[in-house]
Amino acid sequence: MSGVRVLVGTKKGAFVLTADGKRKDWAVSGPHFAGWEVYHMKGSPADPNRIYVSQSSGWFGQVLPRSDDGGKTWTTVGNKFTYDGVAGTHAWYDGSPHPWEFKRVWHLEPSLGDPDTVYAGVEDAAMFRSTDGGQNWEELSGLRKHGTGPRWQPGAGGLCLHTILIDPTNPKRIFIAISAAGAFRTTDGGATWTPINRGLHSQYIPDPNAEVGHCVHRLAMHRSRPDTLYMQKHWDVMRTDNAGDQWTEVSGNLPTDFGFVIDVNTNEPETIYVVPIKSDSEHYVHDGKLRVFRSKTGGNEWEPLTKGLPQKDCYVNVLRDAMSVDALDPCGVYFGTSGGQVYASPDGGDSWSPIVRDLPAVLSVEVQTLS
Amino acid sequence: MIRVVLPPPLRILAHTGAEITVDVPGAVTQRSVLDAVERRYPMLRGTMRDHDTQRRRPLVRFFACEEDLSGEPPDAPLPEPVAEGKEPLLVIGAIAGG
Repeated sequence: MSGVRVLVGTKKGAFVLTADGKRKDWAVSGPHFAGWEVYHMKGSPADPNRIYVSQSSGWFGQVLPRSDDGGKTWTTVGNKFTYDGVAGTHAWYDGSPHPWEFKRVWHLEPSLGDPDTVYAGVEDAAMFRSTDGGQNWEELSGLRKHGTGPRWQPGAGGLCLHTILIDPTNPKRIFIAISAAGAFRTTDGGATWTPINRGLHSQYIPDPNAEVGHCVHRLAMHRSRPDTLYMQKHWDVMRTDNAGDQWTEVSGNLPTDFGFVIDVNTNEPETIYVVPIKSDSEHYVHDGKLRVFRSKTGGNEWEPLTKGLPQKDCYVNVLRDAMSVDALDPCGVYFGTSGGQVYASPDGGDSWSPIVRDLPAVLSVEVQTLS
Repeated sequence: MIRVVLPPPLRILAHTGAEITVDVPGAVTQRSVLDAVERRYPMLRGTMRDHDTQRRRPLVRFFACEEDLSGEPPDAPLPEPVAEGKEPLLVIGAIAGG
């Protein structure tokens, strides 16, 4: 019997939501790590019982729990993230040089094949790798030192590396995104990196077409088409079909193309989902309606999905790591809100219902499909 | 034995009650007490002071005997009642944020 496990990170702890393959009746476990911010938690594709968690606090810093039994028990592993060599400076909000300082882990991406190998995207933006189950971390400093690093500036949420996508056909090819530097690609497992931002246009930077400086909010990939990436930028929804060499806008008929999340249906590589947010100063959904927009054509043509979602007086946000899909058929789609709701659709977005309604503000949602 | 009172988030992390006791060999200072706490509870490494610089994290404070000792040098002796186990060293999370 298949089932799903939804890993929810919130402002004040983590929750684990489980259901069988029907995805109707849910069990809720938590709060785990009560009172701590859980920016992200993710299970290993190679061993679903292995789950990594980013637990942090403005007072007490970064902690990294790991579970080897599917979230029943947790062990604290390594939390020492030291930049390689002389850390140097990036650009501060006012453009002045600012020392690189580790603040927190935004995203954990376990290797596709080895449960002990896991990547961490951190603030201030850098990528780290552990090959011993999270005990020790080494910076892949070729990213920060490839040349444009001193020009990277933080977005409002900080200079964060928040997206890591590993090409399932070639694990040495990895795509990452940084707010507000842009998207980058390695083809040698993280030793060397190239900015891949051609085609992005951002009016909030002096040169709207600059090589770096774009506030990319999220990237998504379908496992069968690793050359095709989808992007929710600060403003604009974009796609590339040549692994980032050139991007084109696919915002089409969206009511607003500002937003944070973007994801791809597991069974349909051209079916994608976004949650439009009104604007960068009003971080809530458009028109007081919580609507997921789905495109079955890889962008440009979008339809609102509203069944089961609040359609009046709703002013929540959906943050960049707070949407995920399962691997069942039909594909389940999940997202969490700043109001503490986690919604699930067991039918690819046609209908929605809340799994939970009253959690702390949701920072991240990941789904594991269990057999 | 030296008594140390941890703030609630660190109690959760270390799976302890409010007060712990640690054996501190030699001089009783902020550094030697924190070293002993981190030896016994390795999951607390990096939460009270920086891994590399060993500097106190900005929103962490150390109180004892009704005094704020946060600005004292890490190798300065702690007050005698703390060294004698009569009073605890309090690790405090500053009142800030949400």
